Amino acid sequence: MDTPELLHRTLLYALHLELGAKMVPFAGYEMPVQYPAGVLKEHLHTRAHAGLFDVSHMGQAFLSGADPAAALEKLTPADVSGLKEGMQRYGLLLTHQGTIRDDFMFSRLAGEAPLYLVVNAGCKEGDFAYISAELKGAATLTTRNDRALLALQGPEAAKVLERHSPGISDLTFMRVVRASVAGAPAIISRTGYTGEDGFEISIEGADAEKVARALLAEPEVMPIGLGARDSLRLEAGLCLYGHDMDDTIDPVEANLVWSIGKRRKTEGGFAGADIVQDKLLNGVAKKRVGILPEGRAPAREGTEIAWNGRIIGKVTSGGFGPSLNGPLAMGYVESEFAETGTKIELIVRGNRLAAAVAAMPFVPHTYKRK
Amino acid sequence: MSETRFTDQHEWVRLEGDTATVGITKYAAEALGDVVFVELPAKGRKVGAGGEAAVVESVKAASEVYAPVGGEVSEANSALEAAPATVNDDPEGAGWFFKLKGVAPGDFTKLMTQAAYAEFVKGL
Repeated sequence: MDTPELLHRTLLYALHLELGAKMVPFAGYEMPVQYPAGVLKEHLHTRAHAGLFDVSHMGQAFLSGADPAAALEKLTPADVSGLKEGMQRYGLLLTHQGTIRDDFMFSRLAGEAPLYLVVNAGCKEGDFAYISAELKGAATLTTRNDRALLALQGPEAAKVLERHSPGISDLTFMRVVRASVAGAPAIISRTGYTGEDGFEISIEGADAEKVARALLAEPEVMPIGLGARDSLRLEAGLCLYGHDMDDTIDPVEANLVWSIGKRRKTEGGFAGADIVQDKLLNGVAKKRVGILPEGRAPAREGTEIAWNGRIIGKVTSGGFGPSLNGPLAMGYVESEFAETGTKIELIVRGNRLAAAVAAMPFVPHTYKRK
Repeated sequence: MSETRFTDQHEWVRLEGDTATVGITKYAAEALGDVVFVELPAKGRKVGAGGEAAVVESVKAASEVYAPVGGEVSEANSALEAAPATVNDDPEGAGWFFKLKGVAPGDFTKLMTQAAYAEFVKGL
């Protein structure tokens, strides 16, 4: 028998149990994979109304110093210095080999010098140690694992949050603000991981349960577990770190070049810049693509991808999309097969199933841009 | 006269004469969650007791369905292909997966009775 892993719990652990969640180990935490409604209903509810996710396992931190943006640019090819006040942006944290150590969100809060960072749960300890060590002398990282993080996602999220944070619905996509929610001080961004309009709400640990209960009490809101979080993000074409990218993959292969600032492409000055710039110029051997199987059979992570019987890649995330009402996947294929519409085969249980390279997102994003 | 027996892999099997009907238990259907896809064995395929016979997939994961007893596939419940959620709605009835003929009675009586399975599930 395996030695049981010592698992952390978020501040909402008791609430998850009260709501009837099925708890599973994830990234070192005991997390709700689903509630009694089940993955399918939770997924569809989020796309139709609003879903509340506990994502407190993610790593939150502030980066301070004389010029934290210039410092952070040493580790990410994103344009950090150009980020305006009140804005949030997506970035990749790179190794010195130009591969992806993690992906993260960074924000510049109005009137505040430190940058606010959110990194993946499974990477946070390593990320924070890496950032602290690499930026020593230039910037100071203050981790805030004591804070909670909630995501309220779906077409009715704004209407719901407005009741607890008047004026918040004026915030547009990728903007961030300090505001009060249900009487608790919060950092609220209009972002998420579902492809839907929605918010991420960072609050003090002591307020976590109060805020979660206030939002769950709204008739539009249902608690949503990690199962539906995964199917929602896959339909939205969003990467899951450790699956769709890791430290063997570079930003060009991962098809995340859009996250590299224009200035940064030419100027460089980030970890692995020479390697990334070379790949930008000369191309890469494989690329991340979306995949739509023609039949009903899902192709799971690890499924081999073939073309005329020759293996050309592998699925990195795959399953069933409840909103798509069919199977979907993403994976890596040799670059010459990365064109949308290319016919490929998925080797599922020894059978070659017809599929095609597809554009992502699979389900259109509904972000509130203006 | 038919009798239903159960496996520790959460299949049920109902024997009538030498023909067995196989499905997954209510416990298994609940643990899997919403079934979105099933892959059924071809008619005429011979399977040994404990052999992989079908696949059931939820949003999250794929699971094998094993043949609780050996035999030859005489019928598959193709209605499940269009309506996989039947496995959740009526796992031990309309949600059956396949039928086997030529079943050895000895294979069958080795399996758990309803009472023994209920006890087994309680211990999980």
